Amino acid sequence: MGHERLAEHFLDLIRRASTILPPDVEEAIKKGIANEGEGSGAASTLKLLLENSRQAEEGSTPICQDTGSLLFFVEIGPDFRQKEVEEAARKASAEATAKYYLRPNAVDAVTGKNSGDNTGLGMPYFHFDQMDEDGLKVRLLLKGGGSENVGAQYKLPDGKLKAGRDLDGVRKCVLDAVFNAQGKGCAPGVIGVCVGGDRGAGFACSKQQFLRDLGDTNPDPALADLEDRLFTELNQLGVGPSGFGGKTTVLGVKIGKRHRVPACFFVSVSYVCWAYRKASMTIKGGEVSHD
Amino acid sequence: MTEIKLPVSADEIRKLKAGDEVSITGVMITARDAAHKYLIETDGPEVKEILKDSMIYHCGPVVKKEGDVYSFVAAGPTTSIREEPYEADVIDRYGVRGVIGKGGMGAKTLEACGKHGSVYLSAVGGIATTLARSVVEVLDVHKLEEFGVPEAMWVIRVENFPAVVTMDSHGKSIHDDVAKQSRENYERLLGT
Repeated sequence: MGHERLAEHFLDLIRRASTILPPDVEEAIKKGIANEGEGSGAASTLKLLLENSRQAEEGSTPICQDTGSLLFFVEIGPDFRQKEVEEAARKASAEATAKYYLRPNAVDAVTGKNSGDNTGLGMPYFHFDQMDEDGLKVRLLLKGGGSENVGAQYKLPDGKLKAGRDLDGVRKCVLDAVFNAQGKGCAPGVIGVCVGGDRGAGFACSKQQFLRDLGDTNPDPALADLEDRLFTELNQLGVGPSGFGGKTTVLGVKIGKRHRVPACFFVSVSYVCWAYRKASMTIKGGEVSHD
Repeated sequence: MTEIKLPVSADEIRKLKAGDEVSITGVMITARDAAHKYLIETDGPEVKEILKDSMIYHCGPVVKKEGDVYSFVAAGPTTSIREEPYEADVIDRYGVRGVIGKGGMGAKTLEACGKHGSVYLSAVGGIATTLARSVVEVLDVHKLEEFGVPEAMWVIRVENFPAVVTMDSHGKSIHDDVAKQSRENYERLLGT
């Protein structure tokens, strides 16, 4: 059930992700406008973001031309096969490119040749988790290259930052990454952080933080406190919307953790631009719903 | 709001100051990573005449093709700093009067702006649907097959394209100012 039209459902998921600004992001930008104050340059810039998003949704055109990497996070029940899901998603990615919901963004790293349809080695990216019950839950992130370029990974202790192997050390790494990003990652961004893991797991976990709702509370009280503190402190940096200065440098901070081996203490920081594009769908008993 | 009509002279460009909001009308070219490398390694025969006294837009657009006609669907700026190794030479060699992008550029480009009479302008990152509406016509495209859609050099006619001068020809960079102010805040918050 729900298998025959799987690629169509994926196409609709991609369209929604590329062209509709999620409500939690819109809410966060509106709060930013209120904080910046009517008449300020920063507030005007933030208003342009909302106006652009309104136009994009109306015309089903991309919010941002850099439609980024497609990251599919899939929870899969026993009635679906991983291979059919991947095939449907790849087919939908190519079709979404043909419909201009996506820019052709998959480039051969050696020859420089663009595949033209957003598929290639490791593209799109998939992360699968097995569910016990039947059905399929898919969450899609479109992550732009400008914001990906300003991500950073730290190894504690860090002498230059005077950052030790504790949460205050983590705090300093995140401050450093967002300061260095300035306006280059399309501020105001959302910051995903992972404490621990190996290098690969750390970055993967930092990106999984982007699946959370901006208004949620971290179940780990120590991380919840750090998220709140960093949200306040990062917005005191003064980078502001587009890097033109202002009080709105980030729209949110989300922190996860992974166990680490004793020798390693990585802090992985991922940045997603204000055009924080995410969408989800659930298929159960042949019915498709959007969360 | 200052109206800029392309082509534009170095004298006109030198009148602009960092912070000025401008509205640009005329013919310009998109160029990003592959194009900048190409412009340095060759003498850019396809585009050199258009680039003279015109502007470069750091942009990798989403482009629709209907029959033989192209149009821009989404076209916000890309991060400019990646072109820092090339831009000063491109400004010098091709007589470019303005570079539009996001995030700002470095000391070498700022110096070239002063030396040759050019400016760096910021468009708001991510407002791709809005900015595509200012691109009223796609006149030509170069290196489409070789570079792909985002990296190709698109010759476009823009009308009232909105941007802000953030690096002028008098040595002033708003990006440097913001970086300096935010560094003070950063150091205070770091507690070092």
